[in-house]
Amino acid sequence: MKQEPLLSIKDLRTRFHTYEGVLTAVDGIHLGIYPGETLGVVGESGCGKSVTALSILRLLASPPAQIEGQILFDGNDLLRMSLDEIRRIRGNSISMIFQEPMTSLNPVLTIGEQIAEAIRLHQGLGREEAWEKAVDMLERVQIPSPRIRAREYPHKLSGGMRQRAIIAMALSCHPRLLLADEPTTALDVTVQAQIVDLMEHLKEEIRTSILLITHNLGLIAEMAKRVVVMYAGKIVEEAPVEDLFSEPLHPYTKGLLESIPWMGRKIKEGRKPLQEIPGMVPSLKEMPRGCRFHPRCLTARDRCRNEEPPLIVKHGRRVFCWLWT
Amino acid sequence: MINPWRRFKKNKAALFGSILLLIYLVTALFAPLLYPGNPSAPNLAKALERPSIKEPLGKDELGRSILGRIIYGSRVSLLIAIGVVCVGLFIGVPLGLISGYYGGKVDFGIQRATDTLLAFPGFLLALALVAVLGVGLKNTIISVGISMIPIYIRLVRGCTLSVKEQTYVEAARALGTRDLTILFRHILPNVMAPITIQTSLGMGTAILFAAGLGFLGIGVQPPTPEWGAMLGSGRPYLFHAPHVATFPGMAIFFAVLGFNLSGDGLRDMLDPRFKS
Repeated sequence: MKQEPLLSIKDLRTRFHTYEGVLTAVDGIHLGIYPGETLGVVGESGCGKSVTALSILRLLASPPAQIEGQILFDGNDLLRMSLDEIRRIRGNSISMIFQEPMTSLNPVLTIGEQIAEAIRLHQGLGREEAWEKAVDMLERVQIPSPRIRAREYPHKLSGGMRQRAIIAMALSCHPRLLLADEPTTALDVTVQAQIVDLMEHLKEEIRTSILLITHNLGLIAEMAKRVVVMYAGKIVEEAPVEDLFSEPLHPYTKGLLESIPWMGRKIKEGRKPLQEIPGMVPSLKEMPRGCRFHPRCLTARDRCRNEEPPLIVKHGRRVFCWLWT
Repeated sequence: MINPWRRFKKNKAALFGSILLLIYLVTALFAPLLYPGNPSAPNLAKALERPSIKEPLGKDELGRSILGRIIYGSRVSLLIAIGVVCVGLFIGVPLGLISGYYGGKVDFGIQRATDTLLAFPGFLLALALVAVLGVGLKNTIISVGISMIPIYIRLVRGCTLSVKEQTYVEAARALGTRDLTILFRHILPNVMAPITIQTSLGMGTAILFAAGLGFLGIGVQPPTPEWGAMLGSGRPYLFHAPHVATFPGMAIFFAVLGFNLSGDGLRDMLDPRFKS
């Protein structure tokens, strides 16, 4: 896979200027997404996953947000584009799905109108053509009787149906990159499975790359090919999905994997508490010195407390930890 | 979910208010049918005539039919009410949307201007504006209208602040939607409920303010029949011909009551906090 990445993020730093000082939500991350690939990003709440996605499309209000670094999409730096140029990319070649299907649709516009809006905006189609395309999209996301559904308002649809409609909206212009921010978190488990299948299917059909942001490791195992683990605004590990699950290198990744409950655990291992990672994600206001994970790390040494761990490449995997030096 | 209409109908006060408004609306639309004569033609021989079967509300100091003038006055008052809220809506709503959506310096500028206007009591502001612009129907509408603008700005700004944080607005931005489209297609319809309520209440206030200006003689000018001016011209005869001032006063009272009751009813109907 020695082709050019579709999107490459170089030294991205997103800071928020607040009354309490400058908070760095994303602190110098490097990422590459290749054409047709699904890249998973995992981490606890507040580790900068969503901010990374929002930074890519420059959807953060600035001020207070300040984005630095380089985000190359097709060789063009998204961060250096004019607002008009970035607006033409949004929803067209890069689109985004949000976590909350219940609130991601405007309650006063019909489903069809909302999908057609994106189509008219980017493809310059007339009202009727765009409508037809919207209905077609609803059909492709397997919403039954799409022609009728298109005329309905969001409150009539269930959570799963809404998420389908949102996917239809996001994919209506055949984007080359889809940023999916917790696309299944708010859904029932059975509906989650349907949505995952649907996304996999459509990904093949329109050949889009996906940046999948989630804290659900099961979803990552199901969909992603490569995984990036984030902690407190930094990438701590990056690996192909099989390697990550079979042999996690970073203590944080280990902790994450150990804290997943699995079926039959009690029968096999007896009644013992589920492993957890002690402590909490540090506040952006008081980042620990050295490795940011050291206060919660069971293998932390003196060096971890004082010096930031370097990038270590091991069997083609990237990990930031003193353990592997 | 309860049908909003049913809830509105259950609210007796609101129903009463809207019936009042309906009566005024019909009166204004069919004024020439209800009173075929000329309401401004004086007949000094019959000046200050008391109410009778033939002239149910009596005659004013120039012998003009008070009923006729109240009927035609409803046209003036409704015109003022609609004109005033239009001024408030067309200027206040866009400014409120912009102020709330963009925030920052734009918001600061608009809000300080709004503060300045709100620092004056509404009627005083309208009075001062009339002093600058001059009297007459058009200037009454403009003056009272301007005094309404800051109320709309504040209201719409507040609602916009909460709506713009909704995920669907962010989702619309993520689709590349233009700011203008977001403001008027995505945010505005979601803040319509409070605007509707304010408009109904604002019409009542507008009629009251315009009548106040008319009463002081700096509103709509004679011989145009205007309730406030009628009230004012009846004031000297309050003791020996009380009907001259009383009936226009009642016309104002019931019109304002109608708008306020309907406004309250609309609020109960549209405000999500009242939904069970």
